[in-house]
Amino acid sequence: MNSIIFINLLAQTLRIATPLIFAALGGIFSEKSGVVNIGLEGMMVIGAFFGVYGSYVSGNPVVGILFGVIAGGVIGLIHAVLCIHLRADQVISGTAINLFSTALASFLIFKLFDGKGGQTDIVKGLSYNIPEGIKNLPIIGGFIDQLNWFVILAIILVVVSHYVLYKTPLGLRIRAVGEHPKAADTLGINVYKIRYLCVILSGMLAGLGGAALSLGITPLYREGMVGGRGFIALAAVIFGNWRPFGAFGASLLFAFGLAFNIFAQGLSWNLPSEVYNVIPYVLTMVALAGFVGKTTGPLASGKPYDKGSR
Amino acid sequence: MNKAKGEDSKVGNILKNTLKSLAFPFFSIIVSIFVAVFFVMWAKGYSILEYFSALGDLFKLIYKGGFGNPRVTFVTISEVTPLIFTGVANAVAFKCGLFNIGVAGQFILGMLAAAYVGTIPGLNPVIHIVLIILAGFVAGGIWGAIPGYLKAKVGTHEVINTIMMNYISMALANFLILRTSFGVAGKSSTETIQDSAQLHRFVSGSGANISIFLAIIVAIFIFWLLWKTTVGYEIRAVGINPHAAEYGGINVAKNIVFAMVLSGGIAGVGGATQVAGILHNVKDFMVLPSFGFDGIAVALLAKSNPIGCIASALLFGTLNSSARTLQLNGIPKDIVYLIQAIIIIFVATDYIVKYFSEKKKKEAITNE
Repeated sequence: MNSIIFINLLAQTLRIATPLIFAALGGIFSEKSGVVNIGLEGMMVIGAFFGVYGSYVSGNPVVGILFGVIAGGVIGLIHAVLCIHLRADQVISGTAINLFSTALASFLIFKLFDGKGGQTDIVKGLSYNIPEGIKNLPIIGGFIDQLNWFVILAIILVVVSHYVLYKTPLGLRIRAVGEHPKAADTLGINVYKIRYLCVILSGMLAGLGGAALSLGITPLYREGMVGGRGFIALAAVIFGNWRPFGAFGASLLFAFGLAFNIFAQGLSWNLPSEVYNVIPYVLTMVALAGFVGKTTGPLASGKPYDKGSR
Repeated sequence: MNKAKGEDSKVGNILKNTLKSLAFPFFSIIVSIFVAVFFVMWAKGYSILEYFSALGDLFKLIYKGGFGNPRVTFVTISEVTPLIFTGVANAVAFKCGLFNIGVAGQFILGMLAAAYVGTIPGLNPVIHIVLIILAGFVAGGIWGAIPGYLKAKVGTHEVINTIMMNYISMALANFLILRTSFGVAGKSSTETIQDSAQLHRFVSGSGANISIFLAIIVAIFIFWLLWKTTVGYEIRAVGINPHAAEYGGINVAKNIVFAMVLSGGIAGVGGATQVAGILHNVKDFMVLPSFGFDGIAVALLAKSNPIGCIASALLFGTLNSSARTLQLNGIPKDIVYLIQAIIIIFVATDYIVKYFSEKKKKEAITNE
């Protein structure tokens, strides 16, 4: 009995963590290349909306995911142009992206779905059928049965991101650009190109996170659906010390708090849900202040790179 | 004679500089409206040739929804008031080189403090209102001081801390309202504040109240503080170059904390007047109050000038209050938020201006 509860809790944690993991990976790529991305929230909103819209027009959730990823990438491109070529303040640009994306999604609900009370129609979500053989495995079978494809994709992407960032020449370039763009430029690395790549990738991953939120759980988009998850993902990036596995762990920790909250209510556990809600934020502030371990971000993060300056 | 001529050119210079600094915000507004008209055309199904009738529609409806009749005018005033507070709050932080995204959270703390102080019975109205405003300032100021202190002493970036504290303040408010005796049992709001704590309204049935004057006074006071006093000079010096300021004998850490307290405090006063003037109680929060992020936009458009914040708050407040009229006429209210977001995007790119002026300079040098 206990093991079943534990498995349910674990599966629930993974399902809640998945959108956070995608967005946090996006945040890592962007920040590692030296561009602060507080627009993750907006990119998730756009991903969540276009995921639903893609599935709505094509009847195929996979097309929906593609729509979400591409739309997130486009928003990422806007952020990239603003921050890299136009040298806008990255925090201001991120704030503008958040406001713009939320407004755009609400506008498009009105236009494309006749605006029924601030939400879209229910569309086809991504179905998750695993073979009977796996389902019947003891313990693990039941666990895998409760996941969805997004969870599995998220875990794969964590490993891939780690590999790309720390084991490939591209990853070395990304990190060099984020730490010391001038030195990287001297060695012939195209700073702007790497940053564009990373910020667009960041938007695509955050868009995927948004799509995972809408298509993976309830297949519709509602205003306020993302509800600060982009900022929790940002917290996961920092709490995870700007590393894919770290952010993965942080996302799991934050999601566990939320999953445990739902689970504890069933047990008439008397800890208010607000306590669980603040865990990610308090932990991040404490970690940043250096009370728990040491977190250090990329050195050049937040600074526009000006090729001509000395 | 010569002196008079000198003064003439001085006035001319000031005029020229003012026009120059106003040019870019105006450019941003015009461009964002230009873009927004396309969304209006799309929403209403106009063809591309009807661009100007869509533009006319948009302007007419924004005017009608903002000032068309006394009722909506009062709504506009009540929308403008908190935006002046949050705009000035952001401007103070910007002037010290800080980015206070936590204005929304400080606003919430101000609301909570006002709701708490407002329920004290048997006070003289004047004393009560002064108390409420002070309570708002203190609560918001403390909430701003935390990230300020962390920035000054530990060096952690205030952007992340203020974002996190926004959500913490929301959870704190919900906890207090839903789970303690601070909220009314069975209702998701606090008790209605005493009559003595309520700000005078211009007309009954509309939220517009005398706090608009307080907002304008605060904006002018902050302008005076920043540009006419040593305190303000130190804040601005830290904002322009903290290293140089340190070298000049200015205590950078002290000024960072002070600017954050001031910024948070003003946001808190905004929250307090919102409760004392309009809401009269505090309900639980599902989302952060939009005034926080709108305040960023207000301050950016005003180039962090507190007096300019009054004008840009008027613009944003009018847009907000016209949202309903737009919606009733088949234009999604979100067009308003799109316009605001696009304005910020363009204001953020003021590098373009710098780029062209530098290019001009370079050409001038090579041509010599």
